[in-house]
Amino acid sequence: MISQPTSLVAPDHYVAAFKQFASNGASKAPVWVAETRQAAIERFAERGFPTTRQEAWRFTSLKPILRHGFVLATPNAGRITAADLEIHRIDPSIPVVVLVNGRFAPELTRVPDIEGVTVASLRQAMQDHEALVRPHLTKHAKDEENPFVSLNAAFIDDGTFVHVAANAQAGSIQIIHAFVTNGERAEVAHPRTLIVVDAGGSASIVESFVTIGMGVTWTNGVTELVVGQNAQLEAYRLQYESLDAFHTASTWSWQERDSRLTNMIFTFGGALTRHDIVSVLDGEGAESTLNGLSVLGGRQHVDYHTVLDHAKPHCKSWEYFNGVFDGRSRGVFNGRIIVREGAQKTDAKQTNNNLLLTDTARADSQPQLEIYADDVRCTHGATLGPIDEAHLFYMQSRGLTREHAKRLLTHGFASEILNEVALAPLRQRLDTMVHDRLRTESAG
Amino acid sequence: MLEIKNLHAGVDGAEILKGVNLSVKAGELHAIMGPNGSGKSTLANVLAGHPAYEVTEGSVTFEGQDLLAMKPEERAVAGVFLAFQYPVEIRGVTNGYFLQSAVNSVRKARGEEELDTLEFAELLEEKLEAIGWDDSLIHRAVNEGFSGGEKKRNEILQLIALEPKLAILDETDSGLDIDAVRTVAEAVNQFRNEDRAFIVVTHYQRILEYLTPDHVHVLAHGRVVKSGGKELAHELEAKGYDWIREEVAVG
Repeated sequence: MISQPTSLVAPDHYVAAFKQFASNGASKAPVWVAETRQAAIERFAERGFPTTRQEAWRFTSLKPILRHGFVLATPNAGRITAADLEIHRIDPSIPVVVLVNGRFAPELTRVPDIEGVTVASLRQAMQDHEALVRPHLTKHAKDEENPFVSLNAAFIDDGTFVHVAANAQAGSIQIIHAFVTNGERAEVAHPRTLIVVDAGGSASIVESFVTIGMGVTWTNGVTELVVGQNAQLEAYRLQYESLDAFHTASTWSWQERDSRLTNMIFTFGGALTRHDIVSVLDGEGAESTLNGLSVLGGRQHVDYHTVLDHAKPHCKSWEYFNGVFDGRSRGVFNGRIIVREGAQKTDAKQTNNNLLLTDTARADSQPQLEIYADDVRCTHGATLGPIDEAHLFYMQSRGLTREHAKRLLTHGFASEILNEVALAPLRQRLDTMVHDRLRTESAG
Repeated sequence: MLEIKNLHAGVDGAEILKGVNLSVKAGELHAIMGPNGSGKSTLANVLAGHPAYEVTEGSVTFEGQDLLAMKPEERAVAGVFLAFQYPVEIRGVTNGYFLQSAVNSVRKARGEEELDTLEFAELLEEKLEAIGWDDSLIHRAVNEGFSGGEKKRNEILQLIALEPKLAILDETDSGLDIDAVRTVAEAVNQFRNEDRAFIVVTHYQRILEYLTPDHVHVLAHGRVVKSGGKELAHELEAKGYDWIREEVAVG
């Protein structure tokens, strides 16, 4: 375990790291990338890290992260083999992209061989596919309110690029973000994912964030999802990093006319997770589903800030976030729905349900509706509380012990989200993970 | 099998049962009737161990064991079953999985081998066939979106899967049309034998047409005020409960 100095690391630490980064290997990047980075680090330096005095960070103190002077993670691909990743594969038949400490690992990657489907390292794509990458990279992930997005953009170096050409069907692709650590230094990676599905295309992408080894890590990721006209994208994100892991991330989606996006976020790991999700419905008839499930215990903390931005009329969005909090864990959910002027016939539904398994677990839920159109339907609801005693008694009266009944009911609560996972091997995988987690939690 | 002596119980400090005495032998079917608020459901829930009810006096023994000292799940394992008047809806848990968990919990506690999914499916199929029901409720979430009739049928299904020694039916007939009452009653009848006892709590005489009770008790103001044979049920149906109240008041 790395000793924890009591003083906090200043943003300068990362500005200095940037200078070093920009002056060595990273200098091989195209000029437009270098410019993007430079602008991003300047914005970061200007604002620094947010504090709990800022509304959007009120419930999440970053002090646990700022106690460490993280250094940029070195590529450790040589330290793991395909065998180490086997348990993280959701299905061996699904093509897989592996990133080790943010760096594309070609020897562990197997890309799909489908016409019209490009899967490449972002580093490669920034050079070879500028015409496809440049119009989108950092264009959707806005960093005005979130310096972590700036920090990620400043250190853009590698990641995953998926492009699905018009009417191409990419099938399923898994991206494994493996953080390989031996605990010698506290390391940070800034993985970047860009998924672009052109008109009429479809894809199903699973991003898994895992830790291999013991040590303090910080993943600061950004995922941009672009869904073209009448295109369809399922994006799943599983984060089950270690309890020594910090995780700041944001997912930005931008949808065109008649497109459908299902975006599902699963958080089981990490000591502290902050995830911002911004979904822009920017074409008539677009539909967006945003679901989340957290199952946390101990002193874990998760903070979701979500925005569903209805920019055009006749769009629909559904948002369901369930959280299970055991021990002294804590969940924060802030759900904003914006209906822009003229976005008539918007239909938006938001629900945030939190199950508190102990008296010391805590959840805060804040819905925020900003509606600038008059012919819309927006509903939101939040619940918070322990398992229903009536449900427990019902199960006990059928012979289940109280502990068993709790597990079954908690799993049932999680299943409300799990059952929405269309990708069958992933759903089974998640179901097993939740099952195992609940066993461990109740045993401990 | 079951001995209830001078049972006093209530909820939130208000006494509802004020000295109930009842003795049930194996193979018997007892009907407990009474007006609303007489304490019928309280009695049923106290026997099942509902945590909201507090027993202040008296005793209940089940096959020689102190039932009141047992947790709800221990009572289930010992063979006590309550078919609830208002079964709860549980989202996210499938009925089949719940039923399998319940059956296995009871088997495990009794030191029997647990059934795997396949074995359980076979057992369930057998049981459903015996009562002539289909498996349409099995794959849905527990009671979620069930009609009143489906909920009651689901309680009976659990009863049949768990094979209790003592089954308490709390107003299982309430809110059901006559066909549904008959369906439920027929399933119960199939399940009757000399080792098993039933307590049927009901407001109406209707279900008793099909069940033929050995004993009928009238509960009023938290006490059994009158007991008799099945003819008492007919009398109640014809005359209502008022004459009992008067009789008790006079007596």
